[in-house]
Amino acid sequence: MSDLVSQDLNMIFPSIKGETVHALKDVNFTLKQGELLSVLGPSGCGKTTLLNITAGFLRPTSGTISLGGKEINGPGVERGMVFQQGALFEWLTVAANVNFGLRMKKEDPVETAEKVEEWLDIVGLQGFGNTPTYQLSGGMQQRVALARCLINNPDLILMDEPLGALDALTREKMQSLILKIWKETGKTIVLITHSVEEALLLGERLFVMAPRPGRIHKEYQLPFASMGLTEDLRTIKNDKEFVSRREEILTMIWDMEEEIMGKEN
Amino acid sequence: MVTGFITVLLILALIGSIYYESRLVKTEKIDAVFGDPDRAKGGVHWIIAGSSTILLLWLFFSWDIAKSFYPGSANELCQVAKVRESLVGIKYIFPIDERQLKSTSVIDRETAIINDFKKIIQNSNIHDSDKDKLISLLNETELMIITLTNEKYLESEVTNKVKNIANRLTRLKEEFVKASYPPIKSVEEENERIELLKNQTSWGETGMEIPPLPETKTGLKFDAAAKEIKLISEEFFEIKNNNSVYLVQFEKIKNGIKSFKNSLNDDQELEKEYIRQVSKIAGRLSRGKIFPPDTLDSVQQSLIDFDEVQRKEQGGIGVLDTLLFPGGTIVASGDVCSEQGPGRWLPKPSDTFKIFTKLLKPSEGYKNVPLIWYEMMGVNQVVGFITPDWIADIIPGKYPVHGSDGKVESNLKSTVLDIATGNFEAFAIPIPSGHIWDSFLRVILGLGLGIICGVPLGLFMGLSRFAAGYFDPIVELYRPVPPLAWAPLIITIFGIDNSGKIFLLFMVSFAIMVISARAGASGTQLSKIHAAHSLGASKWQILREVILPNSLPEILTGIRVAIGVCWGTLVAAEFLAGTTGIGFVENVARKYSQYEVIWITIFVMGMLGLLFDIGMRKIIKKTIPWRGKG
Repeated sequence: MSDLVSQDLNMIFPSIKGETVHALKDVNFTLKQGELLSVLGPSGCGKTTLLNITAGFLRPTSGTISLGGKEINGPGVERGMVFQQGALFEWLTVAANVNFGLRMKKEDPVETAEKVEEWLDIVGLQGFGNTPTYQLSGGMQQRVALARCLINNPDLILMDEPLGALDALTREKMQSLILKIWKETGKTIVLITHSVEEALLLGERLFVMAPRPGRIHKEYQLPFASMGLTEDLRTIKNDKEFVSRREEILTMIWDMEEEIMGKEN
Repeated sequence: MVTGFITVLLILALIGSIYYESRLVKTEKIDAVFGDPDRAKGGVHWIIAGSSTILLLWLFFSWDIAKSFYPGSANELCQVAKVRESLVGIKYIFPIDERQLKSTSVIDRETAIINDFKKIIQNSNIHDSDKDKLISLLNETELMIITLTNEKYLESEVTNKVKNIANRLTRLKEEFVKASYPPIKSVEEENERIELLKNQTSWGETGMEIPPLPETKTGLKFDAAAKEIKLISEEFFEIKNNNSVYLVQFEKIKNGIKSFKNSLNDDQELEKEYIRQVSKIAGRLSRGKIFPPDTLDSVQQSLIDFDEVQRKEQGGIGVLDTLLFPGGTIVASGDVCSEQGPGRWLPKPSDTFKIFTKLLKPSEGYKNVPLIWYEMMGVNQVVGFITPDWIADIIPGKYPVHGSDGKVESNLKSTVLDIATGNFEAFAIPIPSGHIWDSFLRVILGLGLGIICGVPLGLFMGLSRFAAGYFDPIVELYRPVPPLAWAPLIITIFGIDNSGKIFLLFMVSFAIMVISARAGASGTQLSKIHAAHSLGASKWQILREVILPNSLPEILTGIRVAIGVCWGTLVAAEFLAGTTGIGFVENVARKYSQYEVIWITIFVMGMLGLLFDIGMRKIIKKTIPWRGKG
């Protein structure tokens, strides 16, 4: 069992003026294998910090976070990451980008080529293997990023606003793709997003985080992700429960934002 | 002939391009609005027009058009120039081209000098009696001027001589316009002239000289007139206004100077200097061609008249001179004529092309070295040049010692040494050589070393606090110094041959490469590094697979800049010292005023620089097509 367990996670950044910023305070949660967690919150609530700590790019000030019982102490292959802008290597072709992780592990090129084909199929990029990545549209670039991450067969996939820069139509398609991949691979996924709708749609569990200090404000267990595996996403969006949840969370975030503004003025 | 044809062709091209544009403007229904960059597209005909203009300007200002259409014009202009030159000396005495009569300006100047000098003497600390003596000598000198300008003392002999000169000039003027001038010579003289003409080369064949012997009827006229004027002016300059009163005065002053000098002791340096000045002033006045005011008027008038007539007689030649010899003309100096103005320093395209083809011949070259060619070189020499000798030294063991039989047995160490020093038999391969190749090789080697050392250090500096801080002072301290400022030092240390120049270029390119690689490395997006980390790449893999390719655009731009700077520095360094290279060629050509060669080197440098840049642009396009699109 490789659960993601966070215990008393604290992150304190020194700020420019000599004060400190409490980015995360006493964050505790356990994410079971195969769960899809979406994290939502106003800007500055520490969601990206939480993700970076989970990826191993940052060390927490105190507390531990572990995956499958092993404490996270740096970046690792078992935790794949998908970035907002794809962060593709534009000097490589699509296939070479997807292949990057396997090539770093020096796996047999013939075998990896087959795997790459498979994954390009899954993300819907058949025949684009030899295309340079800078010729792809934003949605296609994110598909490459997904494939590049998944081909390494990570236990945990971290997504940092992966659909933030896409237009509405592409975004919807990509949401279905993420759900499909989640279902087919059974991976644990942590998804950070700005969009309440997206968080509700994709999140099996949902954390709403609050800023200053960054903490988990409220937690939800949601049915919509499971529904999304069978039903049309747009029908779910019009579901009564969905709408009421969306309004509830939006109000919550609005209140937080106003509180921040009030503090500042 | 060829030049004439090309000239016509170029003019046609120019007219054709303008005509094409006018047609194009008509056919375009909607001209793009002002500011639309599309308006700058599709101007190939203007490229043709622009190039034609440059070539035409070159042909025109180098007087190649004159040379190809009127090859005889230079010879005629040479004769005209002879007349002009012969007139210069005598005209100088009169206010024709000058502002003042020579006598007047001499008197003006010397009076001022005498007055100043008197003051200096009064204020000096020499003995009062010496002061008095000097002042009285100066006063007497001033009196000399009055004697010379007084008509009362003018001797009739001088008046007659002056009249004679004026008459001769007037007669020449009258004869000059006649068709019969110059008078027909004896048969022998005429044959001799024809014989000399046969040996005369045409314009530009031997270099910049212009055939001096007159070839045409007009030419003969001017040539003869020039000779006559020379004789007249020689006679004129022999006329001296030595009237008896003046001679007595001058003698007295001379004696006064002599006795003053004799009265001086050795240590009276100041007095000696003063008396020397007095003697100089007196001498200048005596040679100053000072006449009473109106004495020379007749000569002046006849000179002006003749000048006017000869100008009129030039007729068509004068027009040719103005139209086809822009910016200068042909000048004579004695019996030799040469071009002055752009015709001198802007070589004619035809001559330049001739010399270029001559230089390109490997057997000719420049200073016994071809411009670019190849030579056969043994592989052993190449290997010996490339392999460092210390490779043999680090092999364990000892070099062989000769045996008691006087023979040396070779062992592994000595064999390796033989290879490293090129001491073995091998077949020969062609290796490029020549001035251009030498320059090229220096740039490539200096640049290559700069890239090999600069890029890793730059990447290191972009990634590490230690490297960024530690190496910053050294790079930033030497980089702002203009490379040429280093050249004298580097050449002193490394010698005038290749190593000095290569090191200089290494210094130049190293700094540029460090800076560009550093900028490339520090410009890598953090998310790409993060992505590579979470994809399991090691530090070394991230460096090689992410940071290096990500810095490539900056590095390649850096190389492009470095090539330009290296090329400029190299040529200047070759100017300073060396025995081969394109800069060396230009420097030598400068010393011998070989303008054609100078222009050829400039052209070659431009072309090589352009080739380097085009090559780099191609490479950039091939290797980093993603630039600006990531």
